Amino acid sequence: MKIKVVVTLKNGVLDPQGKAIQQTLNGMGFSSVNEVRQGKFFEVDVNEKDEAKAKIKVEDMCKKLLANLVIENFEIL
Amino acid sequence: MNSSVIIFPGSNCDRDMDVALKKFGFKNEMVWHDDEQLPKSDLIVLPGGFSYGDYLRCGSIAGKSKIIKSVIDFAKKGGLVLGICNGFQILTETGLLPGVLQQNKNIEFICKNVFVKVNSKNNKYFNSIDKDVLELHIAHNEGNYFCTSDELKMLKDNDLVAVSYCNEKGEVNEKSNPNGALQNIAGIFNKEKNILGMMPHPERMIDKYLSGEDGSIFFKNLLNNFK
Repeated sequence: MKIKVVVTLKNGVLDPQGKAIQQTLNGMGFSSVNEVRQGKFFEVDVNEKDEAKAKIKVEDMCKKLLANLVIENFEIL
Repeated sequence: MNSSVIIFPGSNCDRDMDVALKKFGFKNEMVWHDDEQLPKSDLIVLPGGFSYGDYLRCGSIAGKSKIIKSVIDFAKKGGLVLGICNGFQILTETGLLPGVLQQNKNIEFICKNVFVKVNSKNNKYFNSIDKDVLELHIAHNEGNYFCTSDELKMLKDNDLVAVSYCNEKGEVNEKSNPNGALQNIAGIFNKEKNILGMMPHPERMIDKYLSGEDGSIFFKNLLNNFK
């Protein structure tokens, strides 16, 4: 079963890449863009048929490796 | 005076560290990351470089490698563990040191000499160093130290900010901050001060003709602790 995870920087944590993307979009004429925050997307194929159980495993993976909880949040989709 | 330098796939300062340690009298061994046992060591060094290509987050994959369990055991028993640059990133990812090294504020890879102020001499890394300001080299893309306000308070209350970026006169200010690091933090200790993580590379400053000798001061002092 494939479980999807999005990891994003916590509010208030500096995101220089997001800032550069926002400035580039503004420069391209997308003047309505106020802010861009860049994150990561993971698709984890777990050998598990029960979705709830698979998500519990992936949550553990997020806490231990996929996200750094000092600066990042994760969301299992 | 036995030291061990851990080699990860993508480490690139491991041999420089080996040369530096041997130059000042350490009997050094190189240890592959996939080994489980450490040789008898007084000092373990996690060298600079780009372990695992900086995949996921700098130091995150190396922080889960086989040898790290032994490094953590060694550190928890009070052994000296020094992490330089990527080694510092690995130490934060293992949880041996608090905080995280984020991308440099200006999104540039920085490679230059900097000055750092030695804040704390009550430890084995800087105890008998006369100078208060050292000139060292930095080369990194993710050296922007960040931690929570509680962690910062803990670091400051316990005198754990080892070195801070400063100017030649030792003034710690925004202008002397190369990468946006929180309060110019360039290196920190754990509570017991046996673990030091820092972004600057002392091993690149051990030759008066090529670079400078402030790294030599660092290694000579470190060795003196074992005499």
